[in-house]
Amino acid sequence: MGYSVLGLAFGLLIQKAGYNWIWALFSSLFVYAGSMQFVLVSLLINQVPLATVVVTTLLVNSRHLFYGLSFIEKFKGLDKRRYYMIFSLTDETYALLTTLSYRGYKENEDDLMLAIAFLNQLYWITGSTLGAVLGSFVPFNTDGIEFAMAALFVVIVVEQFLANVNRKSTLIGFVCAITALMIFGPNQFLIAALGAVVIILLLLKPILGEKR
Amino acid sequence: MNIGHSLLIVAVTAISTLATRATPFILFSGKKRRVPNFIIYLSNLLPPAVMAILVVYALKELSFSSLEGYFPSLCAVGVTVVLHLIKRNTLLSIFGGVTVNMILVQHFHL
Repeated sequence: MGYSVLGLAFGLLIQKAGYNWIWALFSSLFVYAGSMQFVLVSLLINQVPLATVVVTTLLVNSRHLFYGLSFIEKFKGLDKRRYYMIFSLTDETYALLTTLSYRGYKENEDDLMLAIAFLNQLYWITGSTLGAVLGSFVPFNTDGIEFAMAALFVVIVVEQFLANVNRKSTLIGFVCAITALMIFGPNQFLIAALGAVVIILLLLKPILGEKR
Repeated sequence: MNIGHSLLIVAVTAISTLATRATPFILFSGKKRRVPNFIIYLSNLLPPAVMAILVVYALKELSFSSLEGYFPSLCAVGVTVVLHLIKRNTLLSIFGGVTVNMILVQHFHL
């Protein structure tokens, strides 16, 4: 399962940053968000202020707003179990649940959704803990492995580009990020870039919002 | 590394993540409440823009003052993109990019 391999990469990275497998385990247990956990490693390395953590997390995870919207009705039958579903609605789980509804399962749909969500987190936790343990005694030089985070995001951007979802928006993101990087430098630019993107997108709403 | 502050960073990330996931269920679960237009708009357009920013964020330490400062990463980005365009296999693309980056960082002192 791809999820545990990605978890493995996260485990290796957080271990390399000086945090052992207990940190990997608890991050995957309580934070449980693929891309955000990669960003988390770098927030930890830079020991950023908590306000930065809040803003970064809210914006990096902004796509979850959209995920939730499409499952409000679906989760209603799950009563208390839906709290876990809401907590564990990651990109992977969302993608799997969406294909589920296309295939038209009806009978045990609730149990199936719960099983998918739970197994996904189990794979993720196992992968990341294992990665951190392995990372503590790999016999070879791991310099350069940090690129895993960049590679993950590059792949997501390529996917979005191929799927033709809002290419203009991707472009605006790049322009804002590079401009902010040049003005504020590597340690300060993230918040500025994220803020600028929200403002620019809202200003462009009359133009970009038309087509949908 | 400061353990107390690190713990707080992880905790705050966890709470903020949960907040983004729970918000739609808290705000819009009533039948009558309609989702405001600008929320739908942002939830469609914000994610691709944020991913582009994260690519730059992941590569923020690039330095163009020496070849070693940017050559390995840019090659690795190229390999990742090309691999993904050809095979469209997420893990393969990431693995390829990381491998190229590790080899270049460790063995080619330019």
